[in-house]
Amino acid sequence: MTKIGVLALQGAFIEHCQILRRLAVDCVELRKPADISQDLDGLILPGGESTVMGKLLNNLGMLIPIRKMISEGLPVFGTCAGMILLAQRLSEDSIPRPGTMDITVRRNAYGRQIGSFNSVATFAGKRVPMTFIRAPYIEEAGSEVQILSVVDGHIVAAKQGNQLVTAFHPELTDDLTVHQYFLDMIS
Amino acid sequence: MVENDRYSLNKQLAQMLKGGVIMDVTSPEQARIAEDAGACAVMALERIPADIRAAGGVSRMSDPKMIKSIQEAVSIPVMAKVRIGHFVEAQILEAIEIDYIDESEVLSPADDIYHIDKTKFKVPFVCGARDLGEALRRINEGASMIRTKGEPGTGDIIQAVRHMRKMNAEIRRIQSISEDELFEAAKVLEVPYDLLKNVHENGRLPVVNFAAGGIATPADAALMMQLGAEGVFVGSGIFKSGNPAKRANAIVRAVTNYQDPILLAELSEDLGEAMVGINENEIALLMEERGK
Repeated sequence: MTKIGVLALQGAFIEHCQILRRLAVDCVELRKPADISQDLDGLILPGGESTVMGKLLNNLGMLIPIRKMISEGLPVFGTCAGMILLAQRLSEDSIPRPGTMDITVRRNAYGRQIGSFNSVATFAGKRVPMTFIRAPYIEEAGSEVQILSVVDGHIVAAKQGNQLVTAFHPELTDDLTVHQYFLDMIS
Repeated sequence: MVENDRYSLNKQLAQMLKGGVIMDVTSPEQARIAEDAGACAVMALERIPADIRAAGGVSRMSDPKMIKSIQEAVSIPVMAKVRIGHFVEAQILEAIEIDYIDESEVLSPADDIYHIDKTKFKVPFVCGARDLGEALRRINEGASMIRTKGEPGTGDIIQAVRHMRKMNAEIRRIQSISEDELFEAAKVLEVPYDLLKNVHENGRLPVVNFAAGGIATPADAALMMQLGAEGVFVGSGIFKSGNPAKRANAIVRAVTNYQDPILLAELSEDLGEAMVGINENEIALLMEERGK
């Protein structure tokens, strides 16, 4: 059975686990270094507050092991705050993070909560519902980054090798397309 | 074009705050300390509950200028309080694009019968509740997040514990009764049948539920999480203590690893003086009685 670790320091990690169970995938919550086992098939960095997760990753001593696993090729999927944590560059902030993907991300790119919105757009050729909550977007992507979704002229989903990111929250909808796409990257 | 379901988006913002600590702050400097310590949001207010209690008199919504200075100081969500029933204070906070409005018993109530019709707003509301009935009435009015009332500004956890235990006991009872008994239960609890049926089917509130009121230590925060809270508000407990940054940081970590007593022991060391606090039988004003 495929086993995926979901970073469970803060935010909407339970929602990812619920989707993974629907896809018959085993879900392990990662709250401290001892939870990071070597037999994980993939890693999810969920939505929440990136400043909180970055700080806790650092304080708990999980940042370096996670960065190493991603660099060594472990498939990883970051949604919203998770995308911020994977970005090599942030437009305005400095947050401790793995920073492994060749993208520049703007936090709170749509403003405050009143700017949160729903959309339906193409993800890797399929129409999927997208929920953006105080969401970021990708301002610049490196040459090796494959762009998977563009909404209103902004990149909101992308892939680089073993790394997948979305600015929106597929874990908040009933649509399994994006999680299935990530599972296909693993197998 | 997809229609934006504001209520769903607002409930979903609360989902993103789960497992986090929302801290009361009274200045941009405190807001930055809170953000650096790992707060997932801040509550901007002119006086923390302990000082409101000490000062007495009528307490109102904070100065929008002060709230805006906090919005500029941090990148995390900013919440602010309005008086129960004061829908114009809420309109003002919506106009400055607040991320969450707390219709709060901590301030002096503006209306002793009606709460704000929160369905009329685009921005989300969190409301206090002591039991399942209060929670579902607030949700029916449009609240997209619930917190226990506890007894704010006391540093005494007893009411928050009482409210969380009562809420959960009532949820378990509603889950276990038969479907044809729900009509009568809705009548007794004075709540809409549909919301009660939702609780019966899912065994939880239809929105995120945090603990608030009297949380002063990492152990208090972990206690509320083990009792089923999905996150905590800390009001006076941080900036009324001897070392706010260190205490804030410890409470954040305690909420993440609330089931790890070894780590909780480490986090509880050397925090300096906790807020002095007052016991529930020593206080003249019970804020939890406001708004039922």
